[in-house]
Amino acid sequence: MSARILMCGNEALAEAAILAGCDAYFGYPITPQNEITAYMSRRMAEEERVFVQSESELAAINMVFGAAATGKRTMTSSSSPGISLMQEGMSFLAGAELPAVVVNVMRGGPGLGNIAPSQGDYFQATRGGGHGDYRTVVLGPSRVQELADCMLLAFDLADQYRITVMVLADGILGQMMEPVVLEARQRRDLPAKDWALTGAEGREQNIVRSLWLAEGALEGLNNKLQAKYQQIQENEVLCEEYRMDDAEVVIVAYGIVARIARTAVDKAREQGVNVGLIRPITLWPFPTKQISAAAETFRMFLAVEMSCGQMIEDVQLAVAGKCPVLLHGRPGGGVPSVDEILEKIRQLTIRTGAV
Amino acid sequence: MKAVHKRTPVLKDCPTHYCPGCGHGIAHRLLAEVIDELGIQGRTIGIAPVGCAVLAYNYLDVDMIEVAHGRAPAVATGMKRTNPDSIVFSYQGDGDLAAIGTAEILHAAHRAEPLTVIFINNAVFGMTGGQMAPTTTLGQVTATTPAGRQARGEGYPLQVSEILALLPGTIYVERCALSGVARINRAKTAMKHAFQLQMDGAPGLSLVEILSPCPTYWRLSPANAMKWIEEEMSKVFPIARLKG
Repeated sequence: MSARILMCGNEALAEAAILAGCDAYFGYPITPQNEITAYMSRRMAEEERVFVQSESELAAINMVFGAAATGKRTMTSSSSPGISLMQEGMSFLAGAELPAVVVNVMRGGPGLGNIAPSQGDYFQATRGGGHGDYRTVVLGPSRVQELADCMLLAFDLADQYRITVMVLADGILGQMMEPVVLEARQRRDLPAKDWALTGAEGREQNIVRSLWLAEGALEGLNNKLQAKYQQIQENEVLCEEYRMDDAEVVIVAYGIVARIARTAVDKAREQGVNVGLIRPITLWPFPTKQISAAAETFRMFLAVEMSCGQMIEDVQLAVAGKCPVLLHGRPGGGVPSVDEILEKIRQLTIRTGAV
Repeated sequence: MKAVHKRTPVLKDCPTHYCPGCGHGIAHRLLAEVIDELGIQGRTIGIAPVGCAVLAYNYLDVDMIEVAHGRAPAVATGMKRTNPDSIVFSYQGDGDLAAIGTAEILHAAHRAEPLTVIFINNAVFGMTGGQMAPTTTLGQVTATTPAGRQARGEGYPLQVSEILALLPGTIYVERCALSGVARINRAKTAMKHAFQLQMDGAPGLSLVEILSPCPTYWRLSPANAMKWIEEEMSKVFPIARLKG
């Protein structure tokens, strides 16, 4: 399938997962990601791979846990309330160091919220989400093509680091149709899964566990996890910079919002204001170094997000007090418009006397 | 000299962490014998629960995983679906299977997953200190039913095996006990049958419930705990082949 075709984000990521070698998909219906489950039910059967509609998100993530423990490439998908239910399993995946891919097509919260697009799960996604000291890699694509492309990356990162990788999309990205090219690509050079549970024929017993009762043992596991996270932070950060060279105002935005922000950058420049954009593609690891470097020359930072200000905390940590950091946030299904962003820039530049 | 008794290879040679008189040791031994006799050590994957048997992998020499409380049947589903040639079993206590994990066992059975489930019923939460389980009998004193379990407010003992036997997705359900040699032998036969069905590719879930003593939290001597199974517990949980 290498032709340019029109597909919604949910279906594109599902097909991309199949091309990336996903052996098993487990999921439970929830809007706005139902196209993934429906697509997988048909396509996984055609490919003679595994599809199970689980009785709950709790069961889905534990089915993933089981399949991952046997060394298979496996994934689940859900939307915000369902992802909350999966947090128990995600903590266990982290403790047991199992590779898995979880797609969150975010909707408005808290609670049952609504089915409109949102970025309100940023904290939950980038801070681990469940109990204990752990992280998941979080990818925040902003186009349907990028959403599809990041599925192979997600499986590769999961296998390379024995970690859960979350693909953080939102209701717009999941539902909107765009032209995409889907093709099988080469995997990374990955370590053998000699830890997998395949039956102990001709070798010692393998055990997958997250319980470490002996004094110091769990501290040891945590130190090992932290060393792994450090390695990921050093090697796997992805971000895009747009018109940053002479930018006096820097917008930081990810996912679908970054596309709106990009238009705002162009419009602002037409109006004579030098605006640039930093778009984190990996939300964890966050492009702290890139933002920190941008803050070395005095600039104003504007975080734009579909939440009340979650990613802004990572921007503030990176800027570390060197420049002002402001927010334009729209929670609960609100989507920032280009005009809103321009207005925010205008207020900002008047207030500080810049430009 | 003739050896009349020896350790079965799947049972590891190591000291036990279980309390004196606990039934887990017997159940582990039976499980190990069954796996050895069926010759499936090299393709078996076991799932340890949350509960006293969380460390089962220390005793059973097969590939094993430790999973979240009650979720074993979902994990087993993920394993078996992706590895149909593996023999997958879960070993779960009454807190794990009959309290927090009721949804997972019910739906694994309802989907007719071809799994083997060993369900250890000792009528209490052992690892956390002897609290009431769904299978605690009426009047039974536990850490959280100091006056004895009352139906009103604390509910009735839950007969999960009877419920599961009603589902078309289960092919074999039997309740056994460890209270005596004949009972123990029967439990082994039942376990073996439950594994054999999976090996044969039989289309459904097999479950063997085992009434198992917990002298520590029943506050009885090991001998009296065995007696209590025969005289009290088996009245609430009839020892019988329920299906298949």
